[in-house]
Amino acid sequence: MIPDGYKKGTLDMWDWIKIVVLGVVALFAAVAANFARDLAYQVHALIVMAVAAGMFIWTVRQVGENKQPVIDTGYNDGVIRYGVIATVFWGLAGFLVGTFIAFQLAYPSLNFEFLQGYGNFGRLRPLHTSAVIFAFGGNALIATSFYIVQRTSAVRLWGGNLPWFVFWGYNLFIVLAATGYLLGATQSKEYAEPEWYVDLWLTIVWVAYLLVFLGTILKRKEPHIYVANWFFLSFIITVAMLHIVNNLVIPVSFFGARSVQVMAGVQDAMTQWWYGHNAVGFFLTAGFLGMMYYFVPKQAERPVYSYKLSIIHFWALIFLYIWAGPHHLHYTALPDWASTLGMVFSIILWMPSWGGMINGLMTLSGAWDKIRTDPIIRMMVISLGFYGMSTFEGPMMSIRAVNSLSHYTDWTIGHVHSGALGWNGMITFGALYFLTPRLWGRQSLYSLKLVSWHFWLATIGIVLYASSMWVTGIMEGLMWREVDANGFLVNTFADTVAAKFPMYVVRGLGGVLYLGGALIMAYNLWMTAFSKRVPSARSAAIATAAE
Amino acid sequence: MNYHIFREIADSWVLLAMFMVFVGAGFWAFRPGSRPIHDDASTVPFRHEDAPAPDTTDLEALK
Repeated sequence: MIPDGYKKGTLDMWDWIKIVVLGVVALFAAVAANFARDLAYQVHALIVMAVAAGMFIWTVRQVGENKQPVIDTGYNDGVIRYGVIATVFWGLAGFLVGTFIAFQLAYPSLNFEFLQGYGNFGRLRPLHTSAVIFAFGGNALIATSFYIVQRTSAVRLWGGNLPWFVFWGYNLFIVLAATGYLLGATQSKEYAEPEWYVDLWLTIVWVAYLLVFLGTILKRKEPHIYVANWFFLSFIITVAMLHIVNNLVIPVSFFGARSVQVMAGVQDAMTQWWYGHNAVGFFLTAGFLGMMYYFVPKQAERPVYSYKLSIIHFWALIFLYIWAGPHHLHYTALPDWASTLGMVFSIILWMPSWGGMINGLMTLSGAWDKIRTDPIIRMMVISLGFYGMSTFEGPMMSIRAVNSLSHYTDWTIGHVHSGALGWNGMITFGALYFLTPRLWGRQSLYSLKLVSWHFWLATIGIVLYASSMWVTGIMEGLMWREVDANGFLVNTFADTVAAKFPMYVVRGLGGVLYLGGALIMAYNLWMTAFSKRVPSARSAAIATAAE
Repeated sequence: MNYHIFREIADSWVLLAMFMVFVGAGFWAFRPGSRPIHDDASTVPFRHEDAPAPDTTDLEALK
């Protein structure tokens, strides 16, 4: 029997609401594009208008169609497949832009005259950071958290089509943020560059994300909430809090991108780095630890080394990370007690971080041969290695005396990239290699040999990147503070720039290798998912049964 | 809520309460009888790879 709402020609209430809302949004976006005070806002209004109008037409055409009742018995994996594709796409885009701006620093003539104001270093740099952190990392987090929360709760994702809204809404946010940077709409806060209306949109999407995740956990059929979900939940909640507080602004005009910060001076700086460091702590650490605590045990085919240690790891990370931000503001107008507090908490953080690393690595105890035989495990192990390395380097750099040498130098850039390329990148690659055959119902990956190629290209790329940045960072730090017998500075700023040139070229080459590895991964995953040459899991099962 | 009120609660009882919760969470993980629960929890990823757990009503129907 067909339920009432699904009879041909009938229109349910929800369709009406969608049509009305989409129509109003499209109309208002058209008005906003007309009254726009700046180019970025105008382009954004046109993008929103196009999206809303397109969805309006699509929804209207759906009306009166004979709708099939949705079969929602299995896991909701469709949205995760889209998330995997988006992760790979944004990863390639972010790595490409990063490699290009690395060469822009080495060869300034790559800041082409015809691209001034759109494609110069200053515009492309936030595009790179947001593309890799929020587009690549964010899509990876959303996709893996949806995958993991279903498997560890043993229920389908909560919220019907809401996960689709989260995916498309988040990627609309990425497009608005990225085009905004190129066109000059930025509030100049590191990692929080998008302007007020983009922030508001992300808030809506993020609340929907929280609802989907929490709703799934609440209807779970496992009595225990698996530790990976604790990390994901803390990531979602904390990012919501950080995002709202750091983006408290008053728009100059309703029809313009510009806004004014509510807080000023050192309070604003402290809020920004409270946000900035916890973006590292909760977005790039807690969320990715959620991935680690699921995919490492799954790929190693054995439970996590110590579940108790994972609980301690979680609570220590949550309680400590939130205080570490002031170490970004040594030797500034921030009171000494505050930066000392940040420094002390950063150093204490070393302990839970290494506890987590050891927990992940020891999961392989008794199966160490897998590091030799399984390139995916190798990828996960090296990501844990880089997690350990950068969580040792970070606390060290937060010490005030070390910071006086390292701050404002390329050492910081090297540190960030050993964490981002090594830890976040490698664990995400491992997760993508794990997910793709399962999500597309394939027996195996297209090629394990290509995974090995990816592994070595990426690893050598990171080593080139990190070591060149150590050399150039410490060198420029020493050059900046060098004084002669009379107390005059020995080097001009331009001297340090000239001295850094060879290291900048090496860094760029490291980026080329990392990008090359990612291209190999994209090809491998594409062939796994869409090539006829990889047998499907079902045909393999039939073949086994026939034998 | 001026700075001084904030400062006072931040370096007195709120600090103490948060620290106690933190230490308590650590001890709670090591409470007697937690081992079987944690052993069970650590195997959660290996149970429902392909399909959600059946409804309890389905289970009763199977009996």
